[in-house]
Amino acid sequence: MNFIVSILFSFCAVLLVVLIPWIGVGALDLRVLFGIIVPYAAMATFFVGITVRVIGWARSPSPFRIPTTAGQQWSLPWIKHSRIDNPKGTAGVIVRMIFEVLTFRSLFRNTRLEYRMAEDGPKADYEWEKWLWLAALVFHYSFLVIFIRHFRLFIEQVPGFVQVLNSLDGFMQMGVLPIPGLNVPEVYLTDMLVMLALTYLFVRRIYIPQIRYISLPADYFPLFLLLGLGFTGILMRYFLRVDITAVKELAVGLFKFHPKSPEGIGVIFYIHLFIISVLIAYFPFGKLMHFAGIFLSPTRNLSNNSRIKRHVNPWNYPVKYHTYEEYEDDFREKMIEAGLPVDKQPGTPVETGEKE
Amino acid sequence: MADTTPKPQELSKIDHKPPLMRGWMDTPVEIKKGIACYGAKGKDLEAVGFPNARDWNPLEEDWKLPEGWQDIVQEGFKDRLGKFRSMKLFMDICVRCGACADKCHFFIGSGDPKNMPVMRAELIRSVYRKNFTTGGKLLGKLAGARDLTEDVLKEWWYYLYQCTECRRCSLFCPYGIDTAEVTMLGRELTNLLGLNTGWISAPVANCNRTGNHLGIQPHAFKDMIEFFVDEIEDVSGIKVEPSFNRKGAEILFITPSGDVFADPGTYTCMGYLMLFHYLQSMGLDITWSTYASEGGNFGFFTSHEMAKRLNAKMYAEARRLGVKWILGGECGHMWRVLNQYMDTWNGPADFLEEPVSPITGTKFENAKSTKMVHITEFTSDLIKHNKLKLDPSRNDHHRVTFHDSCNTARGMGIFEEPRHVIKSVCNHFYEMPPETIREQTFCCGSGAGLNAGEDMELRMRGGFPRANAVKHVHEKHDVNMLACICAIDRAVLPTLMEYWVPEVGVTGVHELVGNALVFEGENERTTDLRGEPLAGMEDDENV
Repeated sequence: MNFIVSILFSFCAVLLVVLIPWIGVGALDLRVLFGIIVPYAAMATFFVGITVRVIGWARSPSPFRIPTTAGQQWSLPWIKHSRIDNPKGTAGVIVRMIFEVLTFRSLFRNTRLEYRMAEDGPKADYEWEKWLWLAALVFHYSFLVIFIRHFRLFIEQVPGFVQVLNSLDGFMQMGVLPIPGLNVPEVYLTDMLVMLALTYLFVRRIYIPQIRYISLPADYFPLFLLLGLGFTGILMRYFLRVDITAVKELAVGLFKFHPKSPEGIGVIFYIHLFIISVLIAYFPFGKLMHFAGIFLSPTRNLSNNSRIKRHVNPWNYPVKYHTYEEYEDDFREKMIEAGLPVDKQPGTPVETGEKE
Repeated sequence: MADTTPKPQELSKIDHKPPLMRGWMDTPVEIKKGIACYGAKGKDLEAVGFPNARDWNPLEEDWKLPEGWQDIVQEGFKDRLGKFRSMKLFMDICVRCGACADKCHFFIGSGDPKNMPVMRAELIRSVYRKNFTTGGKLLGKLAGARDLTEDVLKEWWYYLYQCTECRRCSLFCPYGIDTAEVTMLGRELTNLLGLNTGWISAPVANCNRTGNHLGIQPHAFKDMIEFFVDEIEDVSGIKVEPSFNRKGAEILFITPSGDVFADPGTYTCMGYLMLFHYLQSMGLDITWSTYASEGGNFGFFTSHEMAKRLNAKMYAEARRLGVKWILGGECGHMWRVLNQYMDTWNGPADFLEEPVSPITGTKFENAKSTKMVHITEFTSDLIKHNKLKLDPSRNDHHRVTFHDSCNTARGMGIFEEPRHVIKSVCNHFYEMPPETIREQTFCCGSGAGLNAGEDMELRMRGGFPRANAVKHVHEKHDVNMLACICAIDRAVLPTLMEYWVPEVGVTGVHELVGNALVFEGENERTTDLRGEPLAGMEDDENV
């Protein structure tokens, strides 16, 4: 399987995800199915699936303290200890995790290999490379803002912070892109950023040879889904306007567990809704679980204090090891000859057998 | 070095671009000479009770696998998924962002795409998906899943034994996925089938029986140390008096046996001996052990259980001798084991006391539970308290840089202690570029049991990034000595330097200490511990 097959397969899968509601609602008018049943099923899959996965991980213990130490250990009082990168206790671990989760600190370390043949032999340099970190950060935060912005559709009384976020995100209308007369609503910064970041993440997958080689359909599929989600959202907002009051009625109904299926919402909305349903239903089954996994990662969430404090392995079991007695039995004569002390003098009866 | 090892000029023609159209699943493994190690010997596997003990050769078609090997792997895999959250998590959460891809010294030096850490793990993950996930069962290849065939097993083996468990990739992974963990557990699976290498299983068998990986018997061990005693006397006129297996000593000293047996580690060993002798009159009461005469733990390259068995001897010996605490010599993976595993495996060490330096009174609170102190912690504390009279000019013929060993860097974080010692005993110290030291340090290329002779090409490839950084400071600052705190480093870096940066030597930190240590009533030193003339003494060489 090469990258073209992977891309085609994922692309077709996402195309199918678009076509199903298009036909389902557009031709067959299955509004209840696509507006109510599918979203509920998806949410159920999301929550149940994630719970099952996380419990599954948590059921396996972390028998050993294996943090990746990325800074100076805590040792002598006059040596400066790296509290975050080599945490000694829970407080340090929490800070490390906060940085990891909120700022992608490890990814920020990223470098790029520059290998070349110089006159006097090969040279390797490690160059500045923050683009992946930047794109990942931009994507995740834009997505978060977009998600929060959507609250104005889910909740009847829109909370103040959502409105503030909304106007901050949409500052472009006043500032940069005033296009009066076209009836184009304010342009959200995050809409553009999320598409830009996703495009970058896709392009680097096919452009960088190593990344192309390692990419699986499971990597292209969520990217295409997200691009499809963004694309349909943008279409709906700026070009194929839908009845926002009806959409809100449906969304509020869903969240109040009082589902309604109002008429007159354009099919584009159902495509958008179906894509997000597939995305959240897919969450527990693939790599998107990284969002939960990071919290359990033993190289990040454990402190480097195993010389200070004893940690118990829940499945620890006794092992047979070669005891001193067996060793001395093997070498007693030679040890005596070499002047090494022995526990038993030759001729004393010795017990054999390995010690538990 | 094997004659067949390509020359640097030839070896450095590396293409880091994987093939465009042919996916990795469609590229079967080709076991190459010079890259793969020899197979384990039957007698060595048998000596420690490993399954499927027989002689085998990875270059041959028939690996003499046991009957029902797929089931053995399947059961073993399942068992480990239940025991190690790391394994389960690392199988599930990789997003293949590729941040790790060019961080591996083996990928940098070989360009083999399956040496990208993400690929190394995918080789295992693909089988995990097939055997343990619904998606993989249903969609097969499209879900990145594949069956565990004999070819796949061979591919596992080939690449699991091309990883030195250095953890550099785990530093850069946004989820902390640690290839060392995948490799360790993957190697455990290969061990269920008797598929280890000769250079790992022979030391394991030796460590088990004689206490050290070269199989040096107790009397020979003592002989070696006594030889160093004479050497030290020749250089300094001081007669040191080490003791062995002495009950009632306050401290037990354990160092990798490489220090006792192989140059230039032997000079480091002399450094320890001199330091201990220096401190004797100040109240140091220390003994060596011939039973626990191996700090290194080759069991760590086979399975957690074997590592625990070998490690158990340290506490057993400390208990038998009735010491108060244990001092550990300069070693890499030994210290990862001591720092992250020992107490959990073989503790609690409640029969020992919290380590206190008998010279300075410093409590080593960071070793409160394991009761095991790193020698550079011990020595830097002495230096800080002005307990050592040092003459750094005796190392003026060295222009030194420091190689952080991967295990002490990313499995412990001991960065300042050795640097403090080096800077106190040397006048010329230069750091390599920041992205090649400390937590970002590059492996020697021969760790985790890969320091055999038959895989020399692999070692020279894997060591390239380290050598490249040394070359940089060699050219810029005229560095001629690479210091390290690891016995495997000391065993393998000389070969690596000879290959890539021929004018640079390799030393342990305590060799430098031994050179600089000023004893009362010693002879005027004209040479260092190696018998090489000190700076300014070159003319006296023939006197």
